[in-house]
Amino acid sequence: MAVFIQTVVAGILMGGIYALVGIGMTLIMGVMKIINLAHGQLMMVAMYITYVLYEYLHLDPYVALLVTMPALFVLGSLLQRYLLNPLIKVESILPENQVLMTVGIGMVLTELARLIFHSDYKSVRPPYTSMSLYAGSIAFNLPMVIAFGIAVLLTIGLFIFLLKTDVGKSVRATAQNKEAALLLGVNAERITVFTYGLGAALVAAAGTLLLPIYYLFPDLGGAFTLKAFVITILGGLGSTVGAIVGGVVLGVSESLGATYISMALKDAVGMVIFLLVLIFLPGGLKRLTKI
Amino acid sequence: MKAPRWHIVVIVAAALAFPLIVRSDYYVHMFILALLWVVIGSSWNLLAGYTGQVSFGHAIFFGIGAYTAGLCATKLGISAWWGMLLGGPIASLIGLVIGWICFRLRGPYFALATIAVGEIFRLAAVVWRSLTGGMQGILLMQSFRSKLPYYYLALAIAFGCIYAIHRVMRSKWGYYFIAIREDQDAAESMGVNAFRYKSLSLVVSSFFTGLAGAFYMNYMAFIDPEVVFSLHHISIMAILVGIIGGVGTLWGPPLGAFIMVFLQETFRSSFFGLGPRWVSELHVLVFGLLVIFVILYMANGIVGDWDKIRRLGSSKAGAASASAGKGS
Amino acid sequence: MSTPFFESHELTKDFGGLRAVNELSFHVNEGEIFGLIGPNGSGKTTVFNLINGYYPITSGHIRFQGHTLNGLPTWKICKLGIGRTFQVVKPLRRMTVLENVMTAAFNHTESVVKSRDKALGVLEFCGLADKKDASAKGLPLGDRKRLEIARALATDPKLLLLDETMAGLTPQEQAEGVALIRKIRDSGVTIIIVEHIMRVIMSVCDRLLCINYGQRIAEGTPEEVANHPAVIEAYLGKD
Repeated sequence: MAVFIQTVVAGILMGGIYALVGIGMTLIMGVMKIINLAHGQLMMVAMYITYVLYEYLHLDPYVALLVTMPALFVLGSLLQRYLLNPLIKVESILPENQVLMTVGIGMVLTELARLIFHSDYKSVRPPYTSMSLYAGSIAFNLPMVIAFGIAVLLTIGLFIFLLKTDVGKSVRATAQNKEAALLLGVNAERITVFTYGLGAALVAAAGTLLLPIYYLFPDLGGAFTLKAFVITILGGLGSTVGAIVGGVVLGVSESLGATYISMALKDAVGMVIFLLVLIFLPGGLKRLTKI
Repeated sequence: MKAPRWHIVVIVAAALAFPLIVRSDYYVHMFILALLWVVIGSSWNLLAGYTGQVSFGHAIFFGIGAYTAGLCATKLGISAWWGMLLGGPIASLIGLVIGWICFRLRGPYFALATIAVGEIFRLAAVVWRSLTGGMQGILLMQSFRSKLPYYYLALAIAFGCIYAIHRVMRSKWGYYFIAIREDQDAAESMGVNAFRYKSLSLVVSSFFTGLAGAFYMNYMAFIDPEVVFSLHHISIMAILVGIIGGVGTLWGPPLGAFIMVFLQETFRSSFFGLGPRWVSELHVLVFGLLVIFVILYMANGIVGDWDKIRRLGSSKAGAASASAGKGS
Repeated sequence: MSTPFFESHELTKDFGGLRAVNELSFHVNEGEIFGLIGPNGSGKTTVFNLINGYYPITSGHIRFQGHTLNGLPTWKICKLGIGRTFQVVKPLRRMTVLENVMTAAFNHTESVVKSRDKALGVLEFCGLADKKDASAKGLPLGDRKRLEIARALATDPKLLLLDETMAGLTPQEQAEGVALIRKIRDSGVTIIIVEHIMRVIMSVCDRLLCINYGQRIAEGTPEEVANHPAVIEAYLGKD
């Protein structure tokens, strides 16, 4: 039983970070109606920035958030402005052109990282990463708790932003109904640029928070892109609350899968859940819970 | 773009004569790989370019074909060449099942589902050690020391594949495939059973991809899950071959295949040993940049946007705009 | 009375909590032109989408020549002999006009030659023969609407659903359209037509059904319906 609870707790903590990954993806999907297959790669870029800041400037990874989030916001905005938005006007056979573009972006980011940092594993381990908090017999790994806490704070901040500010309201309006938003005078192009930047900043936060408990290599991006869309589909496309649920569900099921099935099949668990939801529950878990 | 008959005669004659004139194992090897990608890229194009169902999972069928051939040797004790007979049909069968699951999804959701299924197959091949040998893969002995038999076999498969797709696209199926790509609702209202015809497209597409996989096992004599079920090296490479050459055109993917293979080799070998060694690390980066460039400036690929490219080259205005719909 | 050619019986469609079509019953006789009218958003196009299986039916049923259409997929309904056009035209953009119509003409044949012959005949019939090699995406609106009709006809329908095929056309084009609709009926095809332009409806229909909020308001000859107080109220509104 203790093992079970421990496993679930670890899964939930991880789920908080996954939620950040998923919310960013969901926002992009909601506003632009595209699947961002460079999402994990953006996270990888943020992680390398965190790594460099820690290794050469001895900047604490949690402080590095103040650098990585704005940096990725700018990178994301530029990508949307100069690579994705121009495609709207291009007449092409495959409607998935923007998705294919994100594949190209992801490849370039991964290979640039490989060129600069090579393929070997990197990690950031401030002294406190090995500490744990205890509640009875259950251990809480300290960096995971911190990461979870910051993830929750960022999520709350995001919700306040989306609900209370004009820009946030425009983002939501565009996600719900693009034509109507245009009629109301929302500058859709600027909103897409902003949204992609925001999504990138959120996944950057996830990456930076993850680095003290994870390790880093160029191909990590691809793996997290897969996770990102699993979370998004689980949560119901375009639903930010759903993405949180999806993140926690993926975190817990991976954790259970790793403990009770096998470490090697951990990733397969996510894929199988993903397929089942995609096919039998179009609309994601949102359909069950009516959030 | 329509290749006139004498063009095809020239291409066939040149392809037949090539290994007899260029007596270099290295270049013949390059051509065999390119021909393999002609088959995979054309097959992907039938499903994605013509039928509009963008698959990110063609590695599944390539891997199934390769493992069918490999397992013929390791588990059944018969020649891996039997895989050339079995690989295509088995890949088609698996394609039918995957289609049954995934074709209820449209557009980008279909693409996502194919990524997921592809990853499941890759992980299954890694984990199911008793059957596949896991990460150790399958190692066989090559049947021939000369590259010539392999070359002519690959050539036959490639031309067979292109010819089959050509015939399919001129039949009722072809009209239905493009109708589904252009507007599935309109197609259904004209009596097109979209699910059935998408499945047929996938069956043909997976058949040839599986055949290519079986050939790969026989030719390379070594496979492992990370090679043949690879999302990046097979599934996404198939997409690159298609979009660079031109989706929805018969000759686009073959052209894309040769461009991609030779570009890859040029960089991998650091410009055939002439450049500095670090250049060899650049080849995937170059692919990525190429994808971005092509999507931005040649959305329909080299063949699809051929008129546009020629116009730029000769800067003659007033030429008819590129129409890449039913190029054959 | 024997079973009608086409019958909708207490047809109902809910979208979430919203009832778009409410227990709508009507029938269409073989060989007639039947008009379906009503104010904007009254549920006309929804009825078409229910008939050709684009939306699932909430309750009630639709019968056509003895077949119950409930639950059948769109393509099967087309095979049974119901063709339709779309209000927002759906040309297969990267095909030529001929290829568009050939796709439809494959409905009852496997042969490319037969399909081509059939398509050429239909294009001639609809007055599009000289545009057969034009790309569908470059057509002007009038020709796109014609192409919709030609495509539906090429599937060899016994019943044709025309959804606002006159909207946005010039008076000249409308007159040609009316002539074409009559010609189609004279060739033995029964027609249900949804149309906003009253002049067209009044001149071409044998019988009319007027609906509002998915419910029947009046049914009868064009004159009867046009003079019905409830119809006038629905169109002009009640202040």
